[in-house]
Amino acid sequence: MTVFLAGGGFQGVIQQVVFGVASGGIYASLALALVLIYRAMDIANFAQGEMAMFSTFVAYSLITFAHLPYLVVFPLTIAISFLGGMAIERVLIRPFEGSPPLTMVIVTLGLFSIVNGLGGLLFGYVFKTFPSPFLASPINIGGVYIGLQDLGVIVVVLAVLVVVYLFFQRTRLGLAMRAAALYPESSRLMGVQVSWMLALGWGLAAAVGAVSGMMVAPIVFLDPNMMQPVLLYAFAAAVLGGIESPVGAVVGGVIVGVTLALVGAYVPGAQNIRVAIGLVIIVAVLVVRPSGLLGRAALSRV
Amino acid sequence: MALLELSEVHATYGPIKALHGISIEVEEGKVATLLGANGAGKTTTLRSISGMVHGAGSIRFAGVEILGRTPEQVAKLGIAHVPSGRGTLGQLTVWENLQMGAYLRRDRSGVRQDQERAIAYFPWIGQRRAQLAGTLSGGEQQMLAMARALMLRPRLLLLDEPSLGLAPLVVRDIFGIIRTINREEGTTILIVEQNANVALRAADAAYVLEVGRVVLSGPAGELATHESVRKSYLGN
Amino acid sequence: MTRVRGAPLGVLGAAAVGVVVLIGIPLVTDTFTTFEFANVAVFVIALIGLNILTGYSGQISIGNGAFMAVGGYTAALLIKKAGVPYLLTIPIAGVLAGLAGFLFGIPALRLSGIYLALATFALALALPPVINNYERLTGGNGGVILRAAGVPDFLGGALSNEQYLYYLAWSLAGVLFVFARLIIKSGTGRAFMALRDSETAAVASGVSLAYHKTLAFGLSAFYAGVAGALLAILSRFVHPDTFGLPLSIALLTGIVVGGLGADLGPVLGAVFVVWLPYFAEKTAGLRLGGVVIPGKPDIIYGAALILIVFLAPSGVAGLLARAGAAYRGVRGRAVVPDLLGGPLVVDPIAEPADEAQT
Repeated sequence: MTVFLAGGGFQGVIQQVVFGVASGGIYASLALALVLIYRAMDIANFAQGEMAMFSTFVAYSLITFAHLPYLVVFPLTIAISFLGGMAIERVLIRPFEGSPPLTMVIVTLGLFSIVNGLGGLLFGYVFKTFPSPFLASPINIGGVYIGLQDLGVIVVVLAVLVVVYLFFQRTRLGLAMRAAALYPESSRLMGVQVSWMLALGWGLAAAVGAVSGMMVAPIVFLDPNMMQPVLLYAFAAAVLGGIESPVGAVVGGVIVGVTLALVGAYVPGAQNIRVAIGLVIIVAVLVVRPSGLLGRAALSRV
Repeated sequence: MALLELSEVHATYGPIKALHGISIEVEEGKVATLLGANGAGKTTTLRSISGMVHGAGSIRFAGVEILGRTPEQVAKLGIAHVPSGRGTLGQLTVWENLQMGAYLRRDRSGVRQDQERAIAYFPWIGQRRAQLAGTLSGGEQQMLAMARALMLRPRLLLLDEPSLGLAPLVVRDIFGIIRTINREEGTTILIVEQNANVALRAADAAYVLEVGRVVLSGPAGELATHESVRKSYLGN
Repeated sequence: MTRVRGAPLGVLGAAAVGVVVLIGIPLVTDTFTTFEFANVAVFVIALIGLNILTGYSGQISIGNGAFMAVGGYTAALLIKKAGVPYLLTIPIAGVLAGLAGFLFGIPALRLSGIYLALATFALALALPPVINNYERLTGGNGGVILRAAGVPDFLGGALSNEQYLYYLAWSLAGVLFVFARLIIKSGTGRAFMALRDSETAAVASGVSLAYHKTLAFGLSAFYAGVAGALLAILSRFVHPDTFGLPLSIALLTGIVVGGLGADLGPVLGAVFVVWLPYFAEKTAGLRLGGVVIPGKPDIIYGAALILIVFLAPSGVAGLLARAGAAYRGVRGRAVVPDLLGGPLVVDPIAEPADEAQT
C-alpha cells in the first residue's frame, strides 16, 4: 500500500485499484475471522480487531526483544494467536454459550476493552514501526507502477484464504467444525465435541486475524488502537458478503478496499472520513439488502 | 441378556416432567419399538439414552451405566441416534454426511468398506455423493440419515420417527431396510414411532407409552392383536 | 404518616438521604470532588437515556457517545461562535441530538440484535474522524475551548463556579430522572417494554413498532445531547476524542454495571464510570520504575462488564434490590429485570425440534 502520487488518467486509476485490492485483502482477512466466529456461534466478535492488534504486538516483541527473524516470527505469531484465541473461548466465552445476542455483544465488548487496555498497559501508546516482509519498491508492469508491498499482501491473503478453504473442505476436523456450527445437536450425536469446535473456531479466527494485523501494521504504524478502523471496514466487508460467507467476506473486503481507495483518491476531502464511508456501507447494506451480496437471509438468524 | 436396559427413568424439560419412571429392555440383536401419541415421552426417552436430556434412574448399555454421560461419550460406546425430522445435515453433501457418521472412527480401511456397504444398501448415494443433502427427497434424507448412523458401526441404533412425513410406499421401503440392517448387520435397533401399524410389523418387542409411563409391553405380535392397542394406535 | 402511593418507607427514606447527600457534597468537599460529582450527574443523564433505549426498549446501542458528541459540539459552537447564553445551549443541544437520534433510528428500525450493535458501533467509530475533518467549523484536532460559564448574578457570589455547575447538573439530572420515570410508567413506557420482551406479541397487541423504536432512539439521543452539552460546559473543552468509542463503551459499561432496566441503574452506573478511572489510577500502583502505566481503566471496564453479565446480570441495582428484599424477608418478584440472564432455557412445552430441518 505504498502511496504514490496518484498518476493521472487510467494508470492512476489502476494503481489505486491495486492499492485498494491490497488494503481490501487486509480487511478481508479480518472479515474472514469475523465470519468464522459468526458461523460458529452467531455472534459478532467486536474484539476481533483488538485480538489482531495484540497478536501483532506479540510479533513485534518476538522481533524486537527475542531478535527472531521475520520468517520465524510470522508462523510463530499465528500459532500463538491460535492458542490464545482458543484460551479466550474456553475462559471467557464458554460460560456464555447459548446466551442471548445482547449478552454476547456485551461480553465481546468487554473483551475489546480488556485487550485494548492490555495492549496499552504492556506496550504503551507510542507509535511503533513494524517491519514488512516485502520490499517497498514498486515494479513497472506495462507502464503502471505497482507496489511489491501491495502484491505481497494480496498473495498472503490469498494463501490464507486457500488454506482456510482447504481446511474446511478437505479435512475431517474442518468438516466436523462446519457440521458443529450448522447442526450442533446432530453433531454431538455423532460424537463431535461441539464445544471444542467452537474453541477451535476462535483459535482459527485469532490466527487469521493475526495475519491481518501483521499486514496492516507496516502501513499504519503499530499502536493499541490501530485495528479499530480496520475492524469497521472488516465489518463492512463481512456484511457486504452476507456475514456468513467466507468467500463473501473476501469479495466484500476487496469491494470496500477499492471503494475507499478510489473515493479517497478522487473525491476531494474524503480521505479523512473514510471511516464514515465504512459506516455508510454497513448501514446501507443492512437496510437495503441485509443478506449481503452472497449470503442467505441473514436477519432471520437474529 | 438385554443390551439396553432402562429402569425407572425420570426426566424433565424445564418445569415439565416428561418421563415418570420408564423401564424398558432391548435384547441384543432384536428390534424394539416405542409407541405412543405425541407428547407421550417417546423422543425424550431416546434423548435421555443419548445423554441429550438429563434424567434420573438407570440406563445400562451392555451392562454399563450410561446415564449422565454426554452425547459424545454415548456415541463413542456405539450408540447411533437418528433424530426425528431425519437429522440430515442438509447443507452438507451426501458424501460429507457419510463422513460425519464415521467421525469417531479411526480405521480408514474399515470406513471405506462401510462406505461401499452403504452404497450397496442405497445405490443412489454413490451417484449423488456431491449433492447437498437438503435437496434430497424426504425418503432419501431418511435413508441417508440411517446410512450415516450405520457408518459408526453401532451396536445399537436409535431411530426417532423414521416414517414421519413420508408416503406409505416409502415408509414400507424404509422399514424393509431396517429389517435388513438388523438381519445382515446384527444391529440392535430401537424405533420410536407413531405409526404403530408398520412399526409393530418390523419389531420383535414393543412398548406403549402414555404421558411418560409405559402402559403396555410385550412381543410385537401380541401387542398388534391387543384390544386397546388396536383401538388407540392401529385404528381398527 | 402519609405515604406516597406504593412506595415503601425504606425507599422514601433512602431517597431523602440521597438528596441530602447530593446537596451536601459540594458544601463539604473540595473543588476536585465537586467537579467529579458534577460529572457523575452528566453521566446519570446520559445513562438514563441509554437505559430508555437499551434497558427499557431492548435496543442495544454502542453509539450513544456519538449523540453526546452532537450535543457537546452544538453547545460549544453555539457558545463560541454565536455567543448564545450557556444555559440556552443545553436544550438546543438536546433537541438537535434527539433529532439526530430519531433520524438514525429510522434505518435502525430494520435492525435488531447484533446488527443494531454493529451499526451503532460503526457510528461511534465514524463520528470523531468526521468532526475532526470539518476543521473550519469544529476546530478539528484543536477542539473548542470555552470560557468558564460564570455564576449567575442572582446567586450573589454565594457559590463557586464548580458548586454552581454541580447544582445545575444535578438539578437537570433530577428533572430528567423524573421525566424518564413518568415516560416509563406511561403507556409509552409499557409499549417500550412490550417491544423489548416480545416484538411479535407487542405488535400483535397493537403497539406501533416504528413509532416506538424511533421514539426510543430520539429520547435516548436527547438525553445524550443534554449530557454532551453539560459535559462541554463543565469541562470547558470539546475534542473529537472526547466522544470516541471509549466513551460509548463506558456508557454501555455504566448501564450494565448499574443495572439495565432499573430506575437506579443510571445513578449507580454513573458513579462507577466517573470514579473508576480515578481509583484505577490511584491504585494502579504498578509504577514500574517511574513509568506511569496507562490503560488500566479499560481493563477494569472490560472485566466489570463480563463479570457483571456473568455474576449479576441485573447489575448493582439488581443486587441492591435483592439484598433489600432479603433484609425484609420478602421473596417476591424481582424488582429489576434480568435482561442478560444466562443461557436461554429450552422451551419447556415443546419438545426440542432438531435443528437439522433446513
